Amino acid sequence: MTRSLLFIPANTPAMIQNADIFEADAIIFDLEDAIHPLEKDAARILLKEYFKTNPHLNIDVIIRINDVSSPYFLSDIKHIMKWPVQGIMLPKASIASVEELDQLLSKYEKRKKNHEPLWIIPIIEQARSLFEVHTIASHVRVKALLLGGEDLATDLEVERTQDGEEILLARQLVIYAAKAYGKEAIDTPFTHVDNAEGLISDAKHAKRLGMTGKACIHPIQIDTINELFSPTQEQIDYAKKIVLAEEQASGKGAFSVDGKMIDKPIIMRAKKLLEKVTK
Amino acid sequence: MNLIKNTLNRQIPEGYTPFQGANNLIKTNERKIIDEVIIGGGNKPVESDIASVFDKLDIKDGMTLSFHHHLRNGDAVLNLVLMEIKKRKLKHITLAPSAIFPVHEPMVPLIKNQSITKIYTNYINGPVAKAIEEGHLKELLVMDTHGGRARAIESGELTIDVAFIATPAVDHAGHGNGIEGPSQCGTLGYAIPDLLYAKHKVLVTDHIVDRVKKVDIDGRYVDMILHIPSIGDPEGIKSGTTKPTRDPIQLKIAKNTARLIEELGLIKPHFNFQCGAGGTSLAVAEALKQRMTANKIKGDFASGGITSFLVDMHEKGLFEKLYDVQCFDLEAIKSYQRNKHHLMISASEYGNPYAKPIVNDLDVVVLGATEIDLDFNVNVTTDSFGHLIGGSGGHADTAFGAKVTIITTNLMKSRLSMVKSSVKTITTPGESVDILVTERGIAINPKRQDLINKLKDSKLEITTIDELMKRAHHITGEPKMIPSSDKIIGLIRYRDGSIIDSLYQL
Repeated sequence: MTRSLLFIPANTPAMIQNADIFEADAIIFDLEDAIHPLEKDAARILLKEYFKTNPHLNIDVIIRINDVSSPYFLSDIKHIMKWPVQGIMLPKASIASVEELDQLLSKYEKRKKNHEPLWIIPIIEQARSLFEVHTIASHVRVKALLLGGEDLATDLEVERTQDGEEILLARQLVIYAAKAYGKEAIDTPFTHVDNAEGLISDAKHAKRLGMTGKACIHPIQIDTINELFSPTQEQIDYAKKIVLAEEQASGKGAFSVDGKMIDKPIIMRAKKLLEKVTK
Repeated sequence: MNLIKNTLNRQIPEGYTPFQGANNLIKTNERKIIDEVIIGGGNKPVESDIASVFDKLDIKDGMTLSFHHHLRNGDAVLNLVLMEIKKRKLKHITLAPSAIFPVHEPMVPLIKNQSITKIYTNYINGPVAKAIEEGHLKELLVMDTHGGRARAIESGELTIDVAFIATPAVDHAGHGNGIEGPSQCGTLGYAIPDLLYAKHKVLVTDHIVDRVKKVDIDGRYVDMILHIPSIGDPEGIKSGTTKPTRDPIQLKIAKNTARLIEELGLIKPHFNFQCGAGGTSLAVAEALKQRMTANKIKGDFASGGITSFLVDMHEKGLFEKLYDVQCFDLEAIKSYQRNKHHLMISASEYGNPYAKPIVNDLDVVVLGATEIDLDFNVNVTTDSFGHLIGGSGGHADTAFGAKVTIITTNLMKSRLSMVKSSVKTITTPGESVDILVTERGIAINPKRQDLINKLKDSKLEITTIDELMKRAHHITGEPKMIPSSDKIIGLIRYRDGSIIDSLYQL
């Protein structure tokens, strides 16, 4: 369960250095929009040095790469394969670009035998992506979908408003596609950093629609997002029941809780949920 | 100069009392108080130029003149006196301002030509600090705590010939306050020891009224009034940051500090609290405010420098009283005018170790640090190079008095670890410091086993101070020690009068 994902521009040493202390569930080092073309190399070098000192971060690390049509795409991937990261965030995602990235990653992963498969988090930020979002979500490497509200509004040629009326359909399509394939639905960042009330309202709205987490662009937003996207007490109690039942059924194979059969993924989810709650 | 070592292994010049522990001298020594210097009642003479004051009080070579710092970086009074010293070519003057700010730059040439040869103060930064660290002051700079300065004055150890007391409003009987007139600064707590014990007292004002609304300066102690067009610049009188931080690292530190205070069970009815006016401290106060409001907890008092933030907590009923030694902003000044439980305290009532001070009733104090070492000694006087950038103020006083003293600081600033194996300068001894909160973990002084036990099941990241330094060095690398010169240019005087550390020429 990823409640909060914090974007950090990969060319800012002070922010990179403190990336792991803000209690976000995941950090996204950005090589794309936040980095000027002349600084792409510098950002990669900075991250390379950072990972040398911090090879084992206790947090999910994702890299937002440049899109597949950009001249930086291949170089981004070559670097990332040497870094201790869990996932790649793919801008301007389409099914074609997801497959292209997947093939490239598979090639690299095959060469490096012990490399854990990297996830892909496609950013749904173009009108045409919304017509294939369910196919994107179905891809085995896709862990979550991120709605990119700002770029989408640009693509739609509409004003991006704080109440988000213009991205309502997109939010729902992303949510339905993600849920249909058991993936996480990550909401677009709320970009008005100084509007705490606006963030609460926006996050609550997204959660009501079915988003499971929210990206953010400033550490000051993390506590609010974590709180609003944390599980309910009912969910926590149920997870505790599962973990207790597993302990009692130790070595006896499958078991049930409240009449429902419990298998390994459900146990893992319950444990992960409790881990997040106690954090 | 022969040197001896104190119990913290710091070298100090022979002939001074070495620091022997935070409470040893206070426990064994009697309080010494000289007689108060009462001039008498009736209307006071009003002078309109500084030269007349110098003439009438026969201010001459070798005298000691004192000042308070309530006008902060807007102060015009000390500079007015400096100009007269310069004009008269006086020599060997000792100054005892409770703080020195960049605005006091005109002091520099007078230090260099030995018109001013000795300085006592509690806080110093800016051009005067630079001149002193370069070795231009003939005698040693002595840096006291706020409580220690009051002790030194009342005991006669620091004898003041003339106190120039900037007073925003004065009446003809010599009564005054800081809450009327164009140069309002609020309470005048730091001026009170000077008022009581200096041989002569001059109220310097730009606002004379028939009768002051509130008497914070008692006219019976006053010799004369100096009426000038302006005692200060209101913009400079305002303190710096008096809003909670928005910096995410400092916010994390503040959030964890508030959680720590709660987990220690310190947020309870009748608790007493003090924090600084910096952004992190105020963010701690904000987090405390939310917890106190949610749990309907009412504390007895908040103390120290008072900000609008503490005023709000007081007016919302979260603290019964505000004990105010100085106001940090306009809202605090207004509160002192309208709230009957917003009370002025003198520097002595605040922190004098022999006066059963308010600091001894604190349950929690949250303080900053420019450096802290593995023995929890804290430096707020110099930076790592030895440049003078501040001073104790009430740091060592409150750290000693509070039941739990919490230091908050970023573990790293500008690629340097703030936890050092040994701090450059000791302002507050580690035995008075209980907890260090950083963004990468919380360390508890091993001497406070009671606190360690209370937090053994805490979800907060409790670690050791050695581990924090290791974490910082893992990122920053281990810095080389910065060598000092051997020439001592000043002394850090602990609140009991002993010398806790020396300052060295750069």
